[in-house]
Amino acid sequence: MTILNYVIISASENLLKTPMCLAIPVRVAQLISEDRAMVDLGGVRKEISLVLVEDVKPGDYVIVHVGFALQKLDQQEAERTLAMFAAVAGDISADMD
Amino acid sequence: MKYIDEFRAGNIARKIAGKILAEADSRRRYHLMEFCGGHTHAISRFGIPDLLPGNIRMIHGPGCPVCVLPIGRIENAIQLAKMPGMILCCYGDVLRVPTLSGMSLLKAKAQGADVRLIYSSTDAINIARQNPHRTAVFFAIGFETTTPPTAVVIKQAQQLGLVNFSVFCNHVLTPSAISHILQSPEVRELGLVSIDGFIGPAHVSVVIGSQPYEYFAEEFQKPVVIAGFEPLDVMQAILMLVRQINAGRAVVENEFTRAVMPAGNVNAKSLVADVFELRRSFEWRGLGAVPYSALKIKACYADFDAERRFEIFTPSIADNKACECGAILRGVKRPQDCKIFGTVCTPENPIGSCMVSSEGACAAYYRYGRLRPRHAAASGSA
Ligand code: SF4
Repeated sequence: MTILNYVIISASENLLKTPMCLAIPVRVAQLISEDRAMVDLGGVRKEISLVLVEDVKPGDYVIVHVGFALQKLDQQEAERTLAMFAAVAGDISADMD
Repeated sequence: MKYIDEFRAGNIARKIAGKILAEADSRRRYHLMEFCGGHTHAISRFGIPDLLPGNIRMIHGPGCPVCVLPIGRIENAIQLAKMPGMILCCYGDVLRVPTLSGMSLLKAKAQGADVRLIYSSTDAINIARQNPHRTAVFFAIGFETTTPPTAVVIKQAQQLGLVNFSVFCNHVLTPSAISHILQSPEVRELGLVSIDGFIGPAHVSVVIGSQPYEYFAEEFQKPVVIAGFEPLDVMQAILMLVRQINAGRAVVENEFTRAVMPAGNVNAKSLVADVFELRRSFEWRGLGAVPYSALKIKACYADFDAERRFEIFTPSIADNKACECGAILRGVKRPQDCKIFGTVCTPENPIGSCMVSSEGACAAYYRYGRLRPRHAAASGSA
């Protein structure tokens, strides 16, 4: 039933030029139904499917690929990786916590 | 954009490069294969080879889904598209791929075939529902990342009882291609393939997890580091591989912890297992027949399998003899070793698979690295 009210949103030119292999983290702006959400793609709004992921809330980041969220991005882990880069770079000021 | 820009900081990239330079042993060479086309693209786009010492060489693997699709399957799709009443739905990447006669889905469209470019598999279902008196086929391609979305629409089509929708399935599997590269007889013929470690794919691993790579690490004693798509991710993964190689270790490490879990996306994997089963063998452009490397639709979803519905037979079509893709994809040669690279074979007129999409090794090299002089020190093949 949720697919019944799904409306094709014509993807922007730019999106279509992105190689299909590339997937990017995007912010969930709003939930439309149990398994559909509106995401914010650097200013462009786009509807995606949430059927492959669980417990997604507005404000979460998800890895989106061909219109489907493949995984929720773990923001804590992202910060940890950035902190590791900073440590590798010997930049103590960028140390997290 | 958040979680993209921070992973592109040039100053940190240079610092990681300094670490790599300091830790890489100048007496040994490091041949590292990035399997995934997305990494190939990022490595070329951000000029990562320029940041690496001469004894670290990146080898571009066969992880570009459009490049490895055999021309015979493109022929099949063109034939389907030309059938009366047919709407063929496909991802944009496959539109331009030429067959040997120079035909493509784009040209078929220009000649009147109803070929629709879609962004998502869901679009294909909608097109079928909006055109109940016509037949719609979704030309599905890609690795483990696009497979779950295809599984979702096949199940939806069954639930909706859609009789005018089917899928021409061309989904392929990453782990089987990696083992093929490491152990196929061609590798022995082509000479010593010198791969010292792998950068594991980003989004494929989001779906399948890090566990499937443990086999390579153990069986072939090759370290694997799963990396995100951004340049800092790739640089960090290279540093982690250098450290493993120096220490004589061969384990699976995960740099992309913000998105990759050990078991991957369990939900997505079980959907795929429900809808698809392994093909005994599938032809990969540039690699030839690879055993158990692709998926087909299970018999219980036969109504939605275009291959059964339209009795599709795929001819095997060889690439031009001059094309070195087979050797390039196995790390034995490089794009500039091909005699027709950049002259006869260009992105506008691709002769072999590696030139087909911007994620292919030859196309990425043509676009970003064509003018870069060759590292004498890094030259593996004489
Ligand atoms: S340049 Fe073209 S013909 Fe040569 S190896 Fe690459 S894809 Fe094949």
